[in-house]
Amino acid sequence: MRRRLRIGAAGGVLLAFAAAGCSNGTNGAASAGPPRPGGTLTLGIAINPECVDPQQAGANGEVNVARQLVDSLTDQDPRTGALRPWLATSWRSSADATRFTFHLRKGATFSDGTPVDAAALRANLDGIVRLGARSPIAGSYLAGYAGTTVDDPYTATVRFRTPSAQFLQATSTPSLGLLSPRSVAADPGGRCHGTRLVGSGPFVFSGYQQNQQVVLRKRSGYDWGSPLWRHHGAAYLDRIVFRVLPEPGVRTGAVQSHQVDAITDVQPSDEATLTKSGVTELIRANPGFVFSLYPNVSRAPLKDPVVRQAIQLGVNRREVVDTVLTRSYRPASSVLARSTPTYTDLSAKLAYDPAAARAALARDGWRAGAGGIRTKAGHALRVDVVFTATFNQSQQVLELVQQQLRAIGVDLRLRPTTPGELTSVQQAGTYDFSWGNLTRADPDILRTLFSTRFHNADRLTDSPLEKDLTAQAATLDPERRAALSARVQTALVAGGYAIPVFELTQVVGLGPTAHGIGFEASSRLQLHDAWTSR
Amino acid sequence: MLRYLLRRLLSAVFVLWAAFTVSFLALYALPGDPVAIMLDSGTGEQGTVDPARAAALRHEYGLDRPLPEQYLDRLVHAVRGDLGTSVRSGTPVTRTVLDAVPPSLTLAAAALLLAVLGGVLLALAATWPRGGWLRRVLTALPPLGVSVPTFWVGLVLVQVFSFRLGWLPAFGGTGPSGLLLPAVTLALPAGAVLAQVLARGLRGALAEPYAVTARARGVGRGRLLLRHAARNAAVPTVTLAGVLTGNLVAGTVVVETVFARDGLGRLTVTAVSTQDIPVVQGVVLFAAAVFVAVNLTVDLLAPVLDPRLAGPATA
Repeated sequence: MRRRLRIGAAGGVLLAFAAAGCSNGTNGAASAGPPRPGGTLTLGIAINPECVDPQQAGANGEVNVARQLVDSLTDQDPRTGALRPWLATSWRSSADATRFTFHLRKGATFSDGTPVDAAALRANLDGIVRLGARSPIAGSYLAGYAGTTVDDPYTATVRFRTPSAQFLQATSTPSLGLLSPRSVAADPGGRCHGTRLVGSGPFVFSGYQQNQQVVLRKRSGYDWGSPLWRHHGAAYLDRIVFRVLPEPGVRTGAVQSHQVDAITDVQPSDEATLTKSGVTELIRANPGFVFSLYPNVSRAPLKDPVVRQAIQLGVNRREVVDTVLTRSYRPASSVLARSTPTYTDLSAKLAYDPAAARAALARDGWRAGAGGIRTKAGHALRVDVVFTATFNQSQQVLELVQQQLRAIGVDLRLRPTTPGELTSVQQAGTYDFSWGNLTRADPDILRTLFSTRFHNADRLTDSPLEKDLTAQAATLDPERRAALSARVQTALVAGGYAIPVFELTQVVGLGPTAHGIGFEASSRLQLHDAWTSR
Repeated sequence: MLRYLLRRLLSAVFVLWAAFTVSFLALYALPGDPVAIMLDSGTGEQGTVDPARAAALRHEYGLDRPLPEQYLDRLVHAVRGDLGTSVRSGTPVTRTVLDAVPPSLTLAAAALLLAVLGGVLLALAATWPRGGWLRRVLTALPPLGVSVPTFWVGLVLVQVFSFRLGWLPAFGGTGPSGLLLPAVTLALPAGAVLAQVLARGLRGALAEPYAVTARARGVGRGRLLLRHAARNAAVPTVTLAGVLTGNLVAGTVVVETVFARDGLGRLTVTAVSTQDIPVVQGVVLFAAAVFVAVNLTVDLLAPVLDPRLAGPATA
């Protein structure tokens, strides 16, 4: 999703001069009047959606397309994180979060005419488990899935072998969006490119051209939308064209010259150019775990909590956002982004305090050595960070963090790697820090990342977090879950088990003809309310 | 001649086999778990893959078998034209690659046409004047054309002619209007190299004794240039055109990205960035096949242009 050829300095200059030429018009959002049905919205996107099947899609750009094709059992309110009825009118769960019973609304149909019912739900969940590794996101939501019982045509009970409180939120994601049973039975490869991909959503698949575009068509007669949407009934747009424009400069120019209505994946370096030329930005931070350094605590020197805590104090998050990123991004104020349910504000504990960091290291026996790098018992305070260029600005962010840490006497070495190399390095444990984020609008993301039974990003053994992580997965009481999540967030920050840096943010550029585009709770596009004044 | 042809064909088969073997070793045998790569790139975020599901995929792609067995199996399938299926989309690799050929071929053909036309005209124009500023300017153009990066040229063209003037679409567009900017971008460096080599050849030929003799016998400068010198300068130029075809294929990576076109170049970029190993190998093999075919054609064409090459030494 996210790798691209880089434009050199020359390209940057060019874009600046091009921008001067088109500064007409204001965004039509205020002056456009009431929504107008009909027309085609063309959206410039950064990557070719290799797979638009919601149950197999992994990349954000793929899920953005897939979201429009399917409905979910529930919908998550982006403001509160609360779940609302969608295809399921109501649900109840067992106290130990292993059994979930859904009552489905009647009258919803897939676009091939088959009803959305309990049997279809069972076929979908069983189908995702059969997809196995082909289903990177949906499959992980169904870890421990034991089966689904059809209680009556419109009631089904989903069973898990282990407590899975996260499953309720998962039902709101496009990854568990429902497909027609005939689609579920079809060849997974064929579904990826849209043929035989049949959902019940407000749009239906219309065409796929590799590296060119994906076209969706309005589902007429659609009348079972989420209550969180602004209007009922069918979508406004007749067609949506997702046009693949891999080069960021071309995306920027295309929305400025009105060749597309809106673009996704606006780069930090292009934001100023865009807003100056009358393109408005739609911004939302990805919920979930923010971009962070994950210490490998299984070896020195990050085994030492004092070193980790000093590094926590030595990172100037505000400077990272102001220098390398833009005002659309926020410095981390917890390990979770603000848009995540149960987010706990820990900004006081994440304040930049190099003096305290230096004092702590000195007390711990780290003395200033050659070149300003501290040493202890003959070992220099040198740590490396393995990372991939998944997010374009990662390298620049880490270079700045490197400078900041040098000021407290820590030598951070950057080790750019390929994803394949990264996996083997992580398995071998021959690194100090890894780097990354993980998007999800549910606190269970903490368990996914830190439980010794899942990713175990820190290579912890006998983790102090395990008890709380397990407990939050076994309770559906929102207050109890929030309290457990807050405790884990605080422990991660205080113990330096993660060094959060900034919140990854989705930036969409809206031309004057694009209206009503929204983000759902996981910061994916919601286009049922979108319309065009072209 | 038949033996020459046979030898050339055999070496072509060898090159294809070598391309298969090297790409197999690089993609499957090097450290780094292909399945982990495949799964990790799905989300681009922290890997959270269940080992049991990874093992199932490893089995499905035959990656749990010993390397020599995998190699032989894949080689046998490749000979039959079966290169496996794409990891990301599940479609057969052969079809994915072949689907990407027509748009790239259209682009490369248009660019080659522009490059040859422009290159030849520029070389002739730069050789025609006997001296003076015009000759110096025209002679200086090809090195300039070679040294500006294609990526930059593409961005300049799209900024000026699409975003500023609005004459041509930045992407898509049917027929010549959509093809013009990318073809010009791709043709520029190729045409410049052609012009450079041809102009040097022409100037060299004009200085040969036979040219002086022809002039003395009253042959006009135009006739001398087009009939006598051009034929002698043609052999290195045709050889070069073969190499350029390969460069054009490589250039599509940049041009197809800037102009958001489908084709082999884009396929390569997406396959590499999503770590779709079977597709990457498919592209490598296809590129090798194109190189082999073009070089074979050029080698067979050379004796036609220069009868000396068809003499007993090579036949």
